[in-house]
Amino acid sequence: MPIPLKQTLLFNYSFFYMELFDNHKKLFSTAALFFIVLTILVAIIPAWRNQYNNAPLPNSVPLSADAAKGKEVFISNGCVACHTQQVRNISMDKVWGERPSIAADYADIHRQSIWVNTATLMGTERTGPDLTNIGLRQPSKDWNLVHLYNPRIVVKESIMPSYSFLFEVKENPDKNDVVINVPEAYLYGKKGKVVAKPEALQLVAYLASLKQTKLPDGSPTPDFLYKQQSLAANNNSQNVSGNTLNGEALYVANCQSCHQANGEGLPGAFPPLKGSKVVLDDNAALMVNIIMNGYTGREKEGFGPMPPVGTNNNLSAEEIAAIMNHEKTSWGNNAKQVSVDEVKKLMDLAKKVASNQ
Amino acid sequence: MIKSIKFSVVVCFVCLVVFPFSHLYAQSSLPSSFSFQSLTGIMLIIITLLILVLVAAIVLLLKVKEMNKAQFDIEKKNITQNISHYIQQFTKEQIDQYFEWKQKKVTKQHTYGNRHTTKILLLLMSVFSIQSLLAQPTQTVTGEAGIIITTILILTPILLGIIIMIVKVMSVLQKYRDNLKFKEAEKLADFLEKNEDTELADVLNQRKVALSFSLQNNELSGNALPLDERGLIQNSTIQGELPIAATKKRALKRPNIDPALSKLVLWYIGCAAFWLIFGTSIGEYLGIKFVAPDADHVSWLSFGRLRPVHTNAVFWGWASLGMLGLGYYIVPKVSNAPLASLKKGWYSLYLINAAVILGTLCLMAGINNAGGEYREYIWPVMLLFGIGLVLTLINFLQTIAKRTTKEIYISNWYIVSAIMFGLIIALVAYLPFWQDALGETIIQGYYMHQGVGMWFMLFTLGIVYYFLPQQLNHPIYSYSLGILAFWTQILFYTLIGTHHFVFSAIPWWLQTVAIVGSAGMAIPVIAGTTNFLMTFKGAWYKVADSYTLPFFLVGIIFYFSGSMQGTAEAFRSSNLIWHFTDFTVAHSHLTMYGIISFFLWAAIYAVVPRLTGKEAPQLTIGAHFWFALIGLLFYTIPLMIGATFKGNMWLEGKPFIESVVMMAPYWLWRAIGGSLMWFSHLLFGYNVYKMLVDTSNISVTDLAIEKLKLGNANTTETNTII
Repeated sequence: MPIPLKQTLLFNYSFFYMELFDNHKKLFSTAALFFIVLTILVAIIPAWRNQYNNAPLPNSVPLSADAAKGKEVFISNGCVACHTQQVRNISMDKVWGERPSIAADYADIHRQSIWVNTATLMGTERTGPDLTNIGLRQPSKDWNLVHLYNPRIVVKESIMPSYSFLFEVKENPDKNDVVINVPEAYLYGKKGKVVAKPEALQLVAYLASLKQTKLPDGSPTPDFLYKQQSLAANNNSQNVSGNTLNGEALYVANCQSCHQANGEGLPGAFPPLKGSKVVLDDNAALMVNIIMNGYTGREKEGFGPMPPVGTNNNLSAEEIAAIMNHEKTSWGNNAKQVSVDEVKKLMDLAKKVASNQ
Repeated sequence: MIKSIKFSVVVCFVCLVVFPFSHLYAQSSLPSSFSFQSLTGIMLIIITLLILVLVAAIVLLLKVKEMNKAQFDIEKKNITQNISHYIQQFTKEQIDQYFEWKQKKVTKQHTYGNRHTTKILLLLMSVFSIQSLLAQPTQTVTGEAGIIITTILILTPILLGIIIMIVKVMSVLQKYRDNLKFKEAEKLADFLEKNEDTELADVLNQRKVALSFSLQNNELSGNALPLDERGLIQNSTIQGELPIAATKKRALKRPNIDPALSKLVLWYIGCAAFWLIFGTSIGEYLGIKFVAPDADHVSWLSFGRLRPVHTNAVFWGWASLGMLGLGYYIVPKVSNAPLASLKKGWYSLYLINAAVILGTLCLMAGINNAGGEYREYIWPVMLLFGIGLVLTLINFLQTIAKRTTKEIYISNWYIVSAIMFGLIIALVAYLPFWQDALGETIIQGYYMHQGVGMWFMLFTLGIVYYFLPQQLNHPIYSYSLGILAFWTQILFYTLIGTHHFVFSAIPWWLQTVAIVGSAGMAIPVIAGTTNFLMTFKGAWYKVADSYTLPFFLVGIIFYFSGSMQGTAEAFRSSNLIWHFTDFTVAHSHLTMYGIISFFLWAAIYAVVPRLTGKEAPQLTIGAHFWFALIGLLFYTIPLMIGATFKGNMWLEGKPFIESVVMMAPYWLWRAIGGSLMWFSHLLFGYNVYKMLVDTSNISVTDLAIEKLKLGNANTTETNTII
């Protein structure tokens, strides 16, 4: 009697599988092969394509020798544990850069050395701020050095570690030494001047080099996604604060790290805004000019140069007016407020000054 | 007595944990409120040391009192009273042996030296050394960093010294107590030897009759055949006192394992326990740094360097060695064949330990592989780890090739595949050919998630497929579900790596593949969870009286919830809120700790008593379980809540620093939860010690009989035993 077809099929089917499952060579090679094929498809080929199909942007600047050394300091101290270097294409990341990061931004990054792998340093945690554009957002060398020595000198609430081991305390610093101004409480009883070691200077050089490269003219700028959501959020906050921008929040985001929450700055590093002649002056021309073009007028008193915050951070006339009015009316300051129109005019003037220089 | 020790340990612990935080709120003026460099920091160290010394002194005082009392009792008590007490304790075998000996009747005189005077002297010396220690830390210390570092360097060996001293003194005391028992045994033997009157023989005979009396077993049933042919009560527990916690079943005695293999497995587990305690001590310190960023300013201890030390030590030290150790037990067991090569097993252990030690030192010295998570060890270090894995893979494959069963049990599918995939992943991650530019990021995404899913998860599932049915004494619910989970895990897990870089510059399609793969992970996870939970069917009552099953149950629950959370996190909409926040940290602890560590603990508590015949105290196992579980919840839940707020603040465009300030209380809760977890690991270390080292009591009656049998001439020999 012939065996029914169904039974033979079933027999063959189970026979095949049993042979696979009970033979360790076949079973484990099948599993390994399956995994390797998937790995090649989903990791190796995409990695390979990205490695060869992207070129750095035409006007990108390679790292200087100092900055390259600074990158090594950045790597060896594990800064990437808390700082990302990627602007995502969602509008909440707009604060970290003018445009989303693209593959070309990372195209010129190669293996560090025979021992150390490529360091794109994109990161996966943002315990601290993103650093893609830090060279533009915080170009002040003085601020960066003080901040590295102990972040709480300039940002009270910071939880970033102190990198005081990149500095040394000298009784009599040399002429070439870069001395930084550290309040006594942060010296823990040490006597002398704090001098930056080469590593600290290199690290700051690296941070200063971190700037988004402008896309070549005519190339389409990738879009930030999820705009509506954040616009709605902005509208809400505007409604709450009575249809004007929140000058205090803008101050916190753009100015506070140097001039401090109490407007008193830091003696020997950043000048106070509280009672400042420039802030209290009814003629706002100088103040707008400083915000748009930076300022070196008080270097003799020991205050570092101020970066052109308004230009760097792409602040609008509305935003600048809100910040100025916050400064003019806080911490006991009581000066005449400025209007948006007035600021607009002064900004145009400041632009002319900049182009004349 | 024991309570008082426990109490003081708890007080000490609470001081250690609470002190930094109380300072945090007491004075929020300068740098960051707490630093080991400040005077308060030094005071804290000194106070902690003083408390430790005080605890040690109290313990010693109590011990000495106890000893005096014991001595007093012995001297005061009527010897005959004592002896009659011991005679009541004789078992039937001992009485038989006594009579046997009496028949042979060899009379010899012996002397026995007094040895414990020297020990008391030693004890006195150590008490004096405590006093000199007490004087040590009160020396004046100024705020100079150099002096502080030196002080800390000096204090470290002192602290170690105190610990070693306590251990030594305890062992002296133990020996002294044993000595007392030896003396008692001596007296008893002496008495038995010299006693010639028939009265003793009568008493003993009477006792023998009483002991050997047994029921006929047909008093109630008559001569009809019993229905229950087994009719035996196994595993009865005797409750001597009011229990603090529910008494669980003790581990069943199993057929002996080859002692050489046992030794290998135990060494793996011992090293794993060490790396757990080491790695999480680092983690604990990192958690404290979130609330006290100025705790130290030493380059080797700075946050960015220590973070990878923590993650890599618990990955490659704790979890990997723990898994491999259990694998060395399971693979030969389910293959029903001896392990192919013990030697390779040992080499693998050496190499992996060497990798973790060297890797830790490199990272602390600032040498790393450019910061991709979990591949921070530079390639020469990881190479050692890789060779270790290759050796183990060959070993396991050869063992399986020699199997005497036809089929390959599913545990071996998972375990061998995990090792093969682990090697492939490491190769892909460390070979330089595809690592330039964004290639590095794509490989990083692949590597960091395959490391978790294909190495840790797959291996651990293999362990569960062996130990869960064994502990439940139930077959696995469905072999087919296990096979389905196996193949779908490979299919989907391999795809999901790049979901760590959603919205980044890597290709959009690759991100989408990763998100789809993450959703697909629901299939193996639900299949696995169903399989495990259904295996419990009909055996749920066993959870109540087992101390390993609760660990399995928690592991299974987190396997489901932790993995599904991962799926939810991968979606673009949830990425908006949670990506880059502390949510990721909470998630990785829910999974690596809630799943992997809980499963490993379950298996370790199941296997070690089988290998050594010794069990850890159920109280400390229970405490380990609850501290770990509650700690994990305290750790993860506040972080997830805080991270959600943080993400929303970023979405609303609030200044970054505001989100840092907002997180402060959540980070504090994380540090508290972390402290509980860390404390539970100390308990785990203690439990492993208890399972490895024999600390059982000496029985006086056993010893006396032994002595009689040995013959009295050989006094030197008995002395050497002591």
